[in-house]
Amino acid sequence: MRRGPWLWACAVLAYLFLYVPLIIVVVYSFNDSRLNAEWVGFTWHWYEILLNDENMLRAATNSLLIALVASSVATALGTMAGIAMHRYRPKLLPFMVITPVAMPEILLGVSLLLFFIQVLNLTLGMISVILAHITFCIGFVAIVVRARLAGMDESIFEAARDLGATPWETFKYVTFPLILPAVIAGFLMSFTLSLDDFVITFFTAGVGVSTLPLQIYSMIKIAVTPEVNAVSTVLMLLTLTMIVLAARFAPETLKSHT
Amino acid sequence: MPFSTITALLRTRLTRWAVSGPPFLFLLLFFLAPSLIMVLASFRYPGEFGGLAPLRDADPVVLQGLTLETYQFFFSDIIYAEIFLKSFVVALATTLICLVMAYPLALLIARSPKKHRDLMVLLVILPFASNFLVRVYAWMIILGPQSAFARLFNDVLGLFGIGPVALLFSPVAVLIGMVYVHLPFMILPLYTNLEKHDPVLLDAAQDLGANAWQRFWRVTFPLSLPGVFAGSALVFIPVLGMFAIPDILGGTRDMLIGNLIKEQFLGVRDWPFGATLSIMLTIAVLAWAGFSTWLAKKWSHGYA
Repeated sequence: MRRGPWLWACAVLAYLFLYVPLIIVVVYSFNDSRLNAEWVGFTWHWYEILLNDENMLRAATNSLLIALVASSVATALGTMAGIAMHRYRPKLLPFMVITPVAMPEILLGVSLLLFFIQVLNLTLGMISVILAHITFCIGFVAIVVRARLAGMDESIFEAARDLGATPWETFKYVTFPLILPAVIAGFLMSFTLSLDDFVITFFTAGVGVSTLPLQIYSMIKIAVTPEVNAVSTVLMLLTLTMIVLAARFAPETLKSHT
Repeated sequence: MPFSTITALLRTRLTRWAVSGPPFLFLLLFFLAPSLIMVLASFRYPGEFGGLAPLRDADPVVLQGLTLETYQFFFSDIIYAEIFLKSFVVALATTLICLVMAYPLALLIARSPKKHRDLMVLLVILPFASNFLVRVYAWMIILGPQSAFARLFNDVLGLFGIGPVALLFSPVAVLIGMVYVHLPFMILPLYTNLEKHDPVLLDAAQDLGANAWQRFWRVTFPLSLPGVFAGSALVFIPVLGMFAIPDILGGTRDMLIGNLIKEQFLGVRDWPFGATLSIMLTIAVLAWAGFSTWLAKKWSHGYA
């Protein structure tokens, strides 16, 4: 195939553009200087500060708790939505599943803020953030599960029915084991998205609760220190692990971004 | 009808509701209802202490509780139209830059041996693994006044006698941040499209005497239009509503629609006007989606 030198040069530049900024963040997290300007010497100092930063640790705990609860519920609801969309071809459900993901995030953020305060009269905090995260995670799980079902032979389910299996038995012994990789991948994706979300959390968290992205945001808005680089590096490692896990369980998730 | 048929029918119905009911109800409550409330809120008066005024107010002037005031306000001041226009320009520029940067890489991956492709795609996705704010923060470091890059840049400008310029907190920084965060969204759909092209077509074009330039513009590019449009939508729409990147990398004058909406909800707390702006953004997104679908149909008509 034709891959001329120009194509190579442009492609290498694009990869450099993607990676150099992140490498700089990681490298400066080990830099013995308050300024992210030039390399002075190696240190673990910023990681020590990070480990002793109570606000940061509380935010990390909140983030993990929110991600765990939100992605569990979203996985259950999203799997149901994926199966329903595949089996019954409903009209409204795909719209409600896809739109929150396809619109600019800020719209879901402010409409939920309005809804929580004005209609539910809910104090913003952990609960409102979890509910908001479930709303946008359902779509990702549903899409992965439906993609998995679409690639399967319908006759398996018919065979189960012909052999006298009830719908529940068909689900338990046939459908669920078959879609399990997609369900796990959906869970890991939701977990990562929830852990990473800034915009929607920003509007639905109020003053009640802080998460890692909110903490990072206030740090870069107020005073930038390499502690931000350190927490960024830790977060990168965490999400990297989730992506590698997702890729192992269901390689098709890598393509579901599109 | 025999009893067994009725129970079977009932069971199918019940199964259907058991499966689609929970996600449907959840999204009805936490997506559809809030969206409708937003529409309603845009026709309301602001409350005395922020939020919305109570619907049944003792004051006879606002007895009805519904008004077109916020919409009149939106159209009365040219500044809001300007901010919308600026957001469109930024979104369009980001989309075009992403397209130009993404195309060679997507093409290279699509034309690489099959065994290398997955790894090359993974390398595009991995930067996603870092938090969105981290990716924006990286550019704060690179463009910051003390950074090696900014100093080198200003030294070069100095050679031409142009005074030092601040890279950070400028429209250029906003644009770089926008491109950086959204580039993978352009690469992936382009690659998915280009990968499906049959190389025989290019051989045929070459046999017919087309040079490399003609082969690209008259075969590869027209065939890749669906990918171009898919990627453009994935970049344009989120950029149009983005508030965090201008907030972090931009100066005070680089406000976009997203910043305006955020300001209404969290800053000045004029929620009805914030809701009006959100409705306007929704309309802009839908109009854009409709326009690009129409354009995609029209352009790919002769080729597909």
